[in-house]
Amino acid sequence: MPLSGHSPVRAIVVAGLIAGLIAGLSAGLFGLAVGESNIDGAVAVESSMEAGAARHDHGAHATAASDQKPLVSRGTQHLGLVVATALYGLAIGGLLALAFAFMRGRTGHRSDRRLALGLTAAVFVAAVAVPFLKYPANPPGVGDPETIGYRTELYLAMVAGCLAALVAAWRLSMLVPARRRAQRALAGASTFAALTALLALGLPAIGEVPAGFPSGLLSDFRLASIGLQLMLWSVLALCFAALVSRRLTRPTAPRP
Amino acid sequence: MRSTEAASIEAGPAVAEPIPLRELARWLWLVPVLLLVAYVVGMDQGVISRSGMYLHEFMHDGRHLLAVPCH
Repeated sequence: MPLSGHSPVRAIVVAGLIAGLIAGLSAGLFGLAVGESNIDGAVAVESSMEAGAARHDHGAHATAASDQKPLVSRGTQHLGLVVATALYGLAIGGLLALAFAFMRGRTGHRSDRRLALGLTAAVFVAAVAVPFLKYPANPPGVGDPETIGYRTELYLAMVAGCLAALVAAWRLSMLVPARRRAQRALAGASTFAALTALLALGLPAIGEVPAGFPSGLLSDFRLASIGLQLMLWSVLALCFAALVSRRLTRPTAPRP
Repeated sequence: MRSTEAASIEAGPAVAEPIPLRELARWLWLVPVLLLVAYVVGMDQGVISRSGMYLHEFMHDGRHLLAVPCH
């Protein structure tokens, strides 16, 4: 591999990582501004419910139920939010860039910018939006700690299944001639909708919101979660499209 | 390049030549690395990060808002 690196894959991956980092940081700041008050509220509700049940939970939530000092303070967890979303954005940006590198020149897109925007939007729908409809985000205090392994498996199955449905829908839509753009888009969208609907019907439902958990807090938290994901993926799409089209069209001038 | 031309006629006016699969394969190592980063944020409880529960608790709020099942 030439170390000086005029490989288009290198340019695409770097664009994806930079865009992902920017997107993750933006989403983290959005979460600090909008989401943290709901998490703080939920932690307080959880603690009081635990104090009532005298039940022990892990880490930062155990404050009221026991005298144990939490491993990480709530203030540090606020900082951790931004670190978590930044790392998540970085990983998503890199993976998206590799998918872009594979698809470039293989799908009949009209420009790098269009491919980047379309791919990011499609992956957002498959990996985030549709799984959220089946298994929405939950604040601390919602969900039985006993079933965490089971719920994680279901969530991952839903995400993986939706991504597989996206690939299947893409392959099927490519069978429609490119000049029939509307029919091609329709074929892809309807295949994706049908497959994910079957998946959602097939996977078991989870209803573990404890009685007495404030419903306003729950819906506010979920709204904040949707907002954070929208922020992350829209910034990612815009930055990735701008960076990748610029880096790929830049003339490969010899370095001084 | 004949196959590329045929593909681009079939698929419409593509802007670029496909990157050869052999070139793409050189970057495949990034996939497990990036999945590992996502795993440490979303799931790990100290097995990978060797930090006990510290990183898990540190990124607790992010996990909740990113809709990963947490506890």
